[in-house]
Amino acid sequence: MSLNPESNGKEEVRIGFFVCHCGTNIAGMIDVEEVAKYVATLPNVVVSKDYKYMCSDAGQDLIVQDIKEHRLNRIVVAACSPLLHERTFRTATMRGGINPFFCHMVNIREHGSWVHSEKASATEKAKAVARGAIGRVKFHKPLEKRKEPVEPAVMVLGGGIAGIQAALTVANSGKRVYLVERDATIGGHMAYFDKTFPTLDCAACILTPKMSEVGAHPNITLWTYSDVEQITGYVGNYKVRVKHRPRYIIEKDCVGCLDCIDHCVFKNGNTDDEFNQGLSKRKPVYIPFPQAVPKIVAIDPNACDFLAKGKCDQTCIPSCDKNAIDFTQKETFDDIKVGAIIVATGFKTFDAKRKPLYGYGKHQNVYTALEVERLVTSSGPTEGHVVLRDGRTPKSVGIVHCVGSRDHQTNRWCSRVCCMYSLKLAHLIKEHTNAEIYNFYIDMRCPGKGYEEFYERLLEEGNHFIRGRVAEVTDAAQTKDEEGKLVIRVEDTLAGFARRIPVDMVVLATGLEPREDANDVRRMFNISCSTEGFFLERHPKLAPVSTTTDGLFLAGACQGPKDIPDTVAQAGAAAAEAMALMDAGFVEMEPMTSEVDELRCSGCKTCLNMCPYSAIGRDDAKGVAVINPVLCKGCGVCVAACPSGAITQNLFEDQEIFAEIKEILAHA
Amino acid sequence: MKYAYFPGCSLKSSGRAFEESMLKLFAHLEIELEELDDWNCCGATAYMSVDETSAAALAARNLALAEKMALPLAVPCAGCYGVLRKSAHLQKDYPAIQKQVKDGLTAIGLSYTGAQEIKHPLQILAQDLGPKAMRSKVKKPLKGLKVACYYGCKLVRPEAPFDNQHDPQTMETLLKGVGARVVDFPMKTACCGGSLTGTIPDVGLELSWAILHDAHRREADVIATACPLCQFNLECYQEDIQEKHPDLKPIPVVYFTQLMGIAMGLSPEDMALHRQVVPLTPILQEKGILDSGAAKKSPPRQEHDA
Repeated sequence: MSLNPESNGKEEVRIGFFVCHCGTNIAGMIDVEEVAKYVATLPNVVVSKDYKYMCSDAGQDLIVQDIKEHRLNRIVVAACSPLLHERTFRTATMRGGINPFFCHMVNIREHGSWVHSEKASATEKAKAVARGAIGRVKFHKPLEKRKEPVEPAVMVLGGGIAGIQAALTVANSGKRVYLVERDATIGGHMAYFDKTFPTLDCAACILTPKMSEVGAHPNITLWTYSDVEQITGYVGNYKVRVKHRPRYIIEKDCVGCLDCIDHCVFKNGNTDDEFNQGLSKRKPVYIPFPQAVPKIVAIDPNACDFLAKGKCDQTCIPSCDKNAIDFTQKETFDDIKVGAIIVATGFKTFDAKRKPLYGYGKHQNVYTALEVERLVTSSGPTEGHVVLRDGRTPKSVGIVHCVGSRDHQTNRWCSRVCCMYSLKLAHLIKEHTNAEIYNFYIDMRCPGKGYEEFYERLLEEGNHFIRGRVAEVTDAAQTKDEEGKLVIRVEDTLAGFARRIPVDMVVLATGLEPREDANDVRRMFNISCSTEGFFLERHPKLAPVSTTTDGLFLAGACQGPKDIPDTVAQAGAAAAEAMALMDAGFVEMEPMTSEVDELRCSGCKTCLNMCPYSAIGRDDAKGVAVINPVLCKGCGVCVAACPSGAITQNLFEDQEIFAEIKEILAHA
Repeated sequence: MKYAYFPGCSLKSSGRAFEESMLKLFAHLEIELEELDDWNCCGATAYMSVDETSAAALAARNLALAEKMALPLAVPCAGCYGVLRKSAHLQKDYPAIQKQVKDGLTAIGLSYTGAQEIKHPLQILAQDLGPKAMRSKVKKPLKGLKVACYYGCKLVRPEAPFDNQHDPQTMETLLKGVGARVVDFPMKTACCGGSLTGTIPDVGLELSWAILHDAHRREADVIATACPLCQFNLECYQEDIQEKHPDLKPIPVVYFTQLMGIAMGLSPEDMALHRQVVPLTPILQEKGILDSGAAKKSPPRQEHDA
């Protein structure tokens, strides 16, 4: 059966050609009228026109009208990238009454006018690619998009403020949400903070109610201590295997009384408390912080004597009224089906040891900003007293901006939050200690609502701002005043000379960077990344939370450094995208999939391992390859790999491609 | 192990202690050095700043001579080491310079492809020979001697293939290997003043002072260096510096090769300790590393030798 009576000569091929000026974007470098005149002379071309903006309503109507008026059955539009407007012109073609896949686009803007500087040859190139399209379009067949139902559930990966906001938004719309968090609690980096800039409202006061809401929400299944093990499927129908690591606590039985912590054989903490950035110790059985959600303890297998060494009195077990401690726990798994996934895996802070000249790890009074966040917090290791490791209160503090940001030796990007959090810490340290505060900055970047005003406030509070990138933090004192202090060496680029500023405490405003395992996450979810390693959005302006994988959305700092307001806004956007997908109820699948000609297939299995989407199986009874059109993304790898030429791909059939090549090269 | 050897002008004049101690030490460790025949001035920093291409060509002649010997090139002077490596770098990454230098070398019947490595003695000892080979040769471990290891600005900055440019550790590793105690020394890559000690002494001497001062603060007995200009600046101007900083106590500044040789049991004369302006021998005697008799054997310092 032929789906393609036209190309069999039963019906005359009548092509309409439309070339777009795109204002002067195209017409400035390509003589579009000349192109239209030329294409009019090619075989089967019935109509050939140029128009100022083909994508406008009037431009689209031109296509609709001409299809009807001239009985066109093929359309070629020479304009911008198909990424932008292929859908527009296919829809116009359909409105004209013919199958949308009879329309073909030629990119003469991104691949033409924008990249050339010589009009005559740019015009010749436009003619050649138009000729190629005219040659191939006559072989186009009518294709149908398939519809697949969407599973009305979302998985959110990562329980920081981004994941929390996205999960709550989706859950409040009545959809099921699976929130998967690696750590023992949700809350992410925001839980470390004392106050938030620029309003100085208490971070915990605004975060913990949201955390509790997540924990109690009937539509949210919260899995902490869990990782995604495997993911298969496609937009609307993802199948995810989630691994739950043992926390050696029966979650449903633990009530969070914390008696077991008191009864641990260790009287004091024996391992660094991650939540306090290692500034205090915790026991092997612990809860990260009092407001943790879920409010369930966990046992750290590396710190617990029984789990690490197999020897312990296990005094924790009898202390639990609920018998919730279970040292025999093993990994367990859950398999879920979701329609969409929101990746909100966050960031990590720059390792200050990578800047050895700033002395972190060498001089004990050099701190990272996150450590100081814990020092200024009343729930922190010093109960909110900003004191040095030797117990002294600092009389002078230097805050070094851009540590691991805007630096060609480490990370080139601006981390966007450090100027503002440095201001916040300057304010809080001054409030706690009345110390002299010196900020060393390259530029102050305070571009947010109320941010510049906050900077002014800090200036008025008498903080010192010295413009210059710090060269070194050293204990090589040269004067009596410098003895016993850390000397910050910097070129003051406003005053125009080098300065040495002795201080008691140095705070390094470390930048944000992708998490260590961002690449593993990226590969598992098939997300691209930008050069610096942050996950790549589909379009920086117009699809900022989408990815090139349909049904997979990004929220928060995994996509790039951002502050809490931006993160929350982006999380809401990602949730809205996921909800739109589910509310539509179905997804349309692109029809440019591949098919196997069973008569020619020898069953050699070459294509099976080539397919990056695991879309090819083998029918062992018939001894042939079978492509699942639902999983096929139309990449064409199998077509090229098949030694028998048994696989064809819709819209990229041999005759279409060869016709296009032949025409493009016709006058070369 | 054999290397071509480019001494440069300093090691034949103000830095003779470096050459003498290094040649003896390397011979003792069975590392052969063959001096380039008819080597020329490396051009130093001055020429590089005036005319990069000509400076690259001048230095490239030495590189080409080494390549003819098919040996890696050992360059002890930090200045020469920097300039020769810069010439190699310019020829590798800047085709225009490469062409001009190539034409120049061709005209005198030489060629340079970059096939041979340029190595500092620190790298040769620490990486090519390795600490294991030296361990058994240590006869008089430098027990109790506190050393500030000073690299200067040229050796590892802006970068060197053998160590970190801000906190190099090669010298520390070597000297610890022969029993010395090394002090934490953040000034180890600070500028000694370079030629400013001669041209603008106010500035140059102050830079030298900052290094000497910090070595004192950290109670170092001696500063070890690997650069003849640094050694000269830090040791020979101490009296001038004392005019402004009367508190400054004299501290010997030696080449790391001298300390290593002493530890291997080579004589103070072989290690050219008699060339010191601020003597090291009494300190070594005080620590019991050298016996008191050893000093008497060393010839008196020759005033006009340096």
